[in-house]
Amino acid sequence: MPLDPNFLRYPMLRKGMDHDLYPAANMFEQPGIAWPDSKPIALMVTVAVEFFPLTPNDGPFRAAGHMATPFPDLRTFTARDYGNRVAIYRIMDALAAADIAATAFVSSALIDRTPQLVQDIRTAGWEIAAHGKDMNSIHYGDMPLDLEQHQIESCLAAWSDYGVTPKGWMSPGRGQSEDTLGLLKRAGIEWTADWGNDDMPYAMNDGPVAMPYTDEMEDRKCITILGQNEEVWSRQVVGAADLLAKEAQSYGGRILHLALTPYIIGQPFRIKFLRDLLAELAGRDDIWSATASEIHGCWQGQTA
Amino acid sequence: MKDPQIYGYWPYRDRPRIKWPGDKKLAFWVAPNIEYYELHPPKNPHRSPWARPNPDIVNYAYRDHGNRVGNWRLIEAMEKYSIPGTVSLSVAMCDHFPEMIDTVNNLGWEFFSHGVYNTRYAYGMDRAQERQMLQYTVDRIKAQTGQQTRGYLAPALTHTVHTIELLAELGFNYSCDLFQDDQPQPLNVPGNPLVSMPYSLEVNDHYAFNVFGLSPQQYTDVLKRQFDTLLEEGGTSGTVMCIPIHAYLVGRSHRISPFEEILRYADEHKDDIWITRAGDIADHYLANHYDDARTHIAQFGGSDAT
Repeated sequence: MPLDPNFLRYPMLRKGMDHDLYPAANMFEQPGIAWPDSKPIALMVTVAVEFFPLTPNDGPFRAAGHMATPFPDLRTFTARDYGNRVAIYRIMDALAAADIAATAFVSSALIDRTPQLVQDIRTAGWEIAAHGKDMNSIHYGDMPLDLEQHQIESCLAAWSDYGVTPKGWMSPGRGQSEDTLGLLKRAGIEWTADWGNDDMPYAMNDGPVAMPYTDEMEDRKCITILGQNEEVWSRQVVGAADLLAKEAQSYGGRILHLALTPYIIGQPFRIKFLRDLLAELAGRDDIWSATASEIHGCWQGQTA
Repeated sequence: MKDPQIYGYWPYRDRPRIKWPGDKKLAFWVAPNIEYYELHPPKNPHRSPWARPNPDIVNYAYRDHGNRVGNWRLIEAMEKYSIPGTVSLSVAMCDHFPEMIDTVNNLGWEFFSHGVYNTRYAYGMDRAQERQMLQYTVDRIKAQTGQQTRGYLAPALTHTVHTIELLAELGFNYSCDLFQDDQPQPLNVPGNPLVSMPYSLEVNDHYAFNVFGLSPQQYTDVLKRQFDTLLEEGGTSGTVMCIPIHAYLVGRSHRISPFEEILRYADEHKDDIWITRAGDIADHYLANHYDDARTHIAQFGGSDAT
């Protein structure tokens, strides 16, 4: 029996992308970017500050880190909460000791749930980027448009009522629908961290700029999903910095993104590796430490 | 339900200082899980105890190794450094292996309830049934050891929405069921004052060996780093470190010697740490810090707004 003829048909079979979200591009053909003081690397540290409700959503997927056992999963609920009450303060101290900037993706539910934490994040000088209301408010293909619009608008309204206007957005679980980018753009969001397909920012056709989210170097991915030990994780970050610095000589400034998850890297037995890594990065003279919006702004200013 | 509302948000920074007896910085306790897994457990629609149809003799024997071999090695190692265990007990062990229970009871080890069997889950129980199960475990431990049960860890960490409030109602003093902190914390339930006692998932030997795939020496290194950080932070306000273990894991011939290293490490630091039992930590906390903590936590009053 021959193949179903439809198997070989795809209306979007063409040169470039099979969608119109963004044009295909080769990172090595983009105009060079100059970071302040001609530093080769912009260091973008992000911290996930997430609220996982005890009852997970019954949507098409659960965000990474969500409840795992039958209800009530007190084990996972409290282990995630550890990140937002204990571990994050270790990370705050470690970043402050190295004088390294950070951007936090914060569930807006935490404005009411943990007001002191949100205040402490601001006092630490971290940028606050929007991250949905909580880890239940995911975005996914074919979700009702009005629901998605409500999720985005109510999240941003909560921040606005609190007196913060986030410029950046990461969707809970980093999912998007076909409508997410357009909705975010019209809601005033300037950049997102959902796309992990480049090492540099790039423009969407109708949406905020995609900032590079290096999920392959996340603490969550490396340590808890791939099971690498902490030393292996931190050596990869330094290796990436070396490579990016070398590329910068030919192609202009690069971005080193370091994604941190408090309940993972902020454990007592792991924090030493973060402290040591940050001290090592802070000791290099080829790094500009900045928030995601500062890096985005610098890139945008040099991009037509 | 978004949040069980059984404890309040409490940022780790600037808390009232906890002082352990003798001005020690770290309260250190070891929790051997002495468990029994049934060959023919009752079916629970929410979770199946064994991977294969009963009898799953490979997995059954894997657990039983602890009761035939591992626990005896572990007892010897703990005794070498005079470290008392706080036993997370499947109380059916009182019937199956009373000589082991009597041995560690005579060594001054404490017992807390870990359900009847680690293959009988609380999932699906109503409030009265769970209460009856809890009371049975308290009575059985008392009859075998003379000890009044102070603490609880749900069998296989299977909870219901009533678990924590039932503990306070039945006179328990501490729960090892919650993983939100490295210090004890008052729980918001009516009844007997109840404290959340830091246990640990992350440095549990099960996570170390079966989830993270650590070698025996790597596990000891993890424990040392956990110890170092919590000891350092204990200089600001007293911390708690628990080492939760299972003899069927650490009691193996290739693991017991590396594991013994962390016991020696604790012993070498005994001027700075309080080597103790969970019930003693709860007693000290209830007598000296519980009221202050409640007052302090109240000011962070986060809401569960939707």
